[in-house]
Amino acid sequence: MGTNVLSIITFAPLLGALIILFIPREKENWIRWWAIAISLVPLGLAFFVYSQVRNAPGQMWFQETYEWVPAISVYYRLGVDGISVVMLVLTALLSTLSYFYSAFTIKERVKEYYFLFLLLETGMFGVFVSLDLILFYVFWEIGLVPMYLLIGVWGGERRIYAAIKFFLYTLVGSVALLLAILGVHFQTGTFSILEAGAAHPFADNFSLAALAFWGFFLGFAIKVPSFPFHTWLPDAHTEAPTAGSVVLAGVLLKLGAYGFIRIVLPFFPQVFSFYANNVPIIPILAVISIVYGALVCMAQWDLKRLIAYSSVSHMGYVMLGVSAAAASLTLGDGNGALNTSAIMALNGAALQMFTHGIITGGLFFLVGIIYERAHTRDLRAFGGLASKVPYYYGIMMVTGFASWGLPGLAGFWSEFFVFRGAFRIIPIFTCIGIMGVVLTAAYILWKIVQHMFLGEFSQAKWDEQTHHSSLFDMTWWEKGTMWPLVVIMVLVGLYPSIIVALLNGAMTALLESF
Amino acid sequence: MQEVLFSLTWLIPLFPLLAFFAIILFTGRSRHLSHGVAIGAIALSWALGWAVAFCAFCTPYLEENVIHWAIPWFPTGTTTFPIGIYVDPLTAVALFMVPFVCLMIFVYSVGYMHGDPRYTRFFAYISLFAAGMLGLVVSENLLTLFISWEVMGLCSYLLIGFWYEKESAYRAGLKAFIVTKIGDAFFLLGILYLYSQTGSLSYGVIFSERVLHTLAEHTVTLPLLGTWTVASLIALLIFGGTVGKSAQFPLHVWLPDAMEGPTPVSALIHAATMVSAGIFLLARIFPLLSVVEPGTPTLGVIAFIGAFTAIFASVIAVAQDDIKRVLAFSTISQLGYMVAALGIGGYVAAVFHLITHAFFKALLFLGSGSVIIGCHHEMNMKAMGGLRHKMPITFWTFVTGGLALSGFPLMTSGFWSKDEILAHAWHEFTRQGIVSWPFFVWLMLTLAAGLTAFYTARQICLTFLGQPRSHQAEHAHESPWTMTIPLVMLAFFAIFLGFAGVPEEFPLLGSLFGHNWLHHFAGGELPATPLSWPVMGLSSALALGGLGLGWLVYGRKPLLAGQMDPLERAMRQRGLGWLYQAARRRFYFDELYQVTIVRFVIQLSRMCYHFDKHWVAAPLVNLVGRVTRLAADVSAAFDRVVIDGLVNLSGRAGIALSTLSRWTDDVIVDGVVNGLGRATGALGRALRPIQTGKVQNYLLVAMMTIMALAGLYIFYH
Repeated sequence: MGTNVLSIITFAPLLGALIILFIPREKENWIRWWAIAISLVPLGLAFFVYSQVRNAPGQMWFQETYEWVPAISVYYRLGVDGISVVMLVLTALLSTLSYFYSAFTIKERVKEYYFLFLLLETGMFGVFVSLDLILFYVFWEIGLVPMYLLIGVWGGERRIYAAIKFFLYTLVGSVALLLAILGVHFQTGTFSILEAGAAHPFADNFSLAALAFWGFFLGFAIKVPSFPFHTWLPDAHTEAPTAGSVVLAGVLLKLGAYGFIRIVLPFFPQVFSFYANNVPIIPILAVISIVYGALVCMAQWDLKRLIAYSSVSHMGYVMLGVSAAAASLTLGDGNGALNTSAIMALNGAALQMFTHGIITGGLFFLVGIIYERAHTRDLRAFGGLASKVPYYYGIMMVTGFASWGLPGLAGFWSEFFVFRGAFRIIPIFTCIGIMGVVLTAAYILWKIVQHMFLGEFSQAKWDEQTHHSSLFDMTWWEKGTMWPLVVIMVLVGLYPSIIVALLNGAMTALLESF
Repeated sequence: MQEVLFSLTWLIPLFPLLAFFAIILFTGRSRHLSHGVAIGAIALSWALGWAVAFCAFCTPYLEENVIHWAIPWFPTGTTTFPIGIYVDPLTAVALFMVPFVCLMIFVYSVGYMHGDPRYTRFFAYISLFAAGMLGLVVSENLLTLFISWEVMGLCSYLLIGFWYEKESAYRAGLKAFIVTKIGDAFFLLGILYLYSQTGSLSYGVIFSERVLHTLAEHTVTLPLLGTWTVASLIALLIFGGTVGKSAQFPLHVWLPDAMEGPTPVSALIHAATMVSAGIFLLARIFPLLSVVEPGTPTLGVIAFIGAFTAIFASVIAVAQDDIKRVLAFSTISQLGYMVAALGIGGYVAAVFHLITHAFFKALLFLGSGSVIIGCHHEMNMKAMGGLRHKMPITFWTFVTGGLALSGFPLMTSGFWSKDEILAHAWHEFTRQGIVSWPFFVWLMLTLAAGLTAFYTARQICLTFLGQPRSHQAEHAHESPWTMTIPLVMLAFFAIFLGFAGVPEEFPLLGSLFGHNWLHHFAGGELPATPLSWPVMGLSSALALGGLGLGWLVYGRKPLLAGQMDPLERAMRQRGLGWLYQAARRRFYFDELYQVTIVRFVIQLSRMCYHFDKHWVAAPLVNLVGRVTRLAADVSAAFDRVVIDGLVNLSGRAGIALSTLSRWTDDVIVDGVVNGLGRATGALGRALRPIQTGKVQNYLLVAMMTIMALAGLYIFYH
């Protein structure tokens, strides 16, 4: 199986989805457990791939190349290096946990739900393992439709609005992306990501390169999302069903960030560097995302929307790290210090993709858990829950502090690496970005923890706000969903090497290729 | 033997950390098991910590042969970042203080927290707290120090807000966290700056002569702030962390509120751990401070903030009625002494005061906790009084701590350490002249010394002397042994610890107690602060004078229930009542921050949200959506009217055409076709008779044809 392991990972969920079509609609439990079972295949294989890639994370592992549409030189090219495999693990883990959590919470249209979700999983895997632009694009688009339907069918009250907004926004990005891909193809004559990157498309023509750059930028920045393309996110995240939000925030946002690292940075180093350094549009957007996103969080009363906006803020760190690395490319001062800083900034950006996926995924599960009980997400409706649901309180504290970036938990490292790398390269933006840390502490501790958990619990208020819902602590399956995430937060927090070693190798190789 | 001991140093913070996990995950249901685990772990840390510390005390020239041990932790590009331990004189001295004071506080907590519903969780949190402080002390680099630092920040949040049902408690926890976070942001910036300049955060690298030299040489120009050397800018940024953590002006506001936490926590925060961490950090980066040339603002800022905080907080302390708040402001003030000392280069003096203060302030806090428990959770000193005979152990130990705090001459540790700071300031100012920071520091600290003695006397008199002024004080009782034993132990150190740093020149005592041992151990090559009789005389006089004045005002004629504070009355008579009020209200800094910074940030966040949701971002997107829909509607209308019209027209034309063509079809084409068909049919029918099937008929026809053709041929030729 060694050589085709990536194909197996990618298409196992699709196979699972097709088999679900043949399971009778009434056998809901069969469908649920089948989906969970099949998702263990890519999960296990992702860990296997991880264990292999660890040995030399700078190389492309498990490459597969087959002709697909030879007439236009489209190939089926797969391969993973340090960063892709980290994303694979993240995707596989969050998907399995989502299926597990949904098995107990999704009661309607179970068959369609799992069919779509498995389809989505294939799309996400595909993006992270593709080494061909067309293949990348196809997988990119495959994910779109299931997510649209997941929001639109299983979502909250304003689900139609949110779903359409999500769809249209992303579609605009996709069009820009496709045009840019075609542009690159006409210039370099290949769709291979590695070859096209090595060829540096439009290296001799700045305006054309800038045009293609902005095409990719739009496609990816909408997905990330970077300010000012973020307004689809609060609606989509808020309206999506719990597992949908988890995967949306946990994985789909990373597709955009991954695109920046895998495609934009190697393809257009000069242009990217220009817009990160000479005309620093991208770092400016990044710090606006960080600070503005955090400020907006502070004004939220809807818990889920708050966490959605926190994603805008946290993905800003990713953009800051990537743009710092880009800016370093033309600053070159001849000594290794700048290169080290660039690597650290990229390590931080990529680690932030992973940790944000784990942590925000966890936060969305936690929102779902309390929503199942209270049927409201209004922070003003809660208060004093700490003594009523201590287990939930404890898990929320760990996850919330991880999200803030408490040293010793996973979130700290990504922020630290981003700041450390970026400080050497774009110090002013880094200083502004650090303000975001204080604001993050404010909205997590003041808004979430204080309003939900602290103070005296009042049964009368709870009854009035939630229409006499019963309040009970976490059930076994909710604990089962959260514990893997909490363990990873602590583990990565204490020993970041388990992820950083892979990223470091991949990023070093990436930056060496220029 | 020594090697083995030093190589075990990393276990010191690990024991309480494991205790934290053990209590949270496993033993949470059993009270006895939980406090057993916590105390057992800290006792192990204490035993190992003292073993390491005494081993270090016996190691000659430790400051030149620092114990340093590290393993790789994570990769950073081509290099790796280490994690490890570092034992130098500062670590050793801190290891003498921290685990012991923590152990005392842990034991005390068994009595103090008895019966609390979240008893086990309390022990988990304080274990984590101790782990954070011990980790900070043995850290090998600034990053692990920062991590421990933040872990303590977390614990302070959890512990100050421990009784989170109370609004004041959880608000205080939040305040402590956010305010210190502002300082931490500067600290983090300093770390990042240092790291990106030197490529390392290990003390061995960043404090090496070569690196320090480079940092002192390089300059950087900031907009508005002029040109700085890199060293001074980094030092100032890192000092931001100290300002937050050690509650220096202007970030001092969190500390008095932190009294909302259980009293052992107050002792932990204000004596052994949290606030000491700020001073420890500043002492740790002292090599960096010492290469900052005196002309740059950094040292001036540090000296000013320290000295100003010292006097500012002691003024406020005079007007407080809450027994713990007096101590809180006294802590802020004493930390100001240490910061100011470091700002003028008095490294040994600052470390000395850090250690002695930790012991006597822990004693005072635990003593006040004993009083509070004895008085059934009454904290207002105006409602106490007359506890001297009801709580004798608490009284005598508290008096010991109070005397140490006020610097009672010769007998107490506080005297020696405070005097060393003052002597250092005096010495520096006589060297640098009167227009210098050391003079300012000396003046402010000397004045603060008098105030310290005064408010200490006030506190002791109000609490313990006179008659009980409330029902609670009437029925006060001495605390259980778990609480009084730690008091006695700490009182011992509050007296005798000072002899570790008696100036060498001091008659009798100087040579009796090891010739200023602390300086020789920790000071390295720094010149010892010379003994200065005028300073010692003045500070002794002020200490005794302050105590005496305090006794005159509050002790000679004890306050009666409902009576106004004599000082307030006296000030009102002289038209200074407003000043007393202002001091009582902490000079309104909380209110000021509330109406400026807090309100500003909240308004800004609302504006951003409205910008996003109601004003610009979302409306813009919706506008695009609406415009697109409008365009779609217009297109649809265009479609319907014009294109469809055309299509319909052409359709109709087509229909007409096809009708026409159908008619043509029917009439002409079909007619022709049908006509042909019919004609053929008719012809066929007409010809049918000739198809007889008889050969002779065919032959006849053939013959006739041939003849006819032949006839035609002949006719034409």
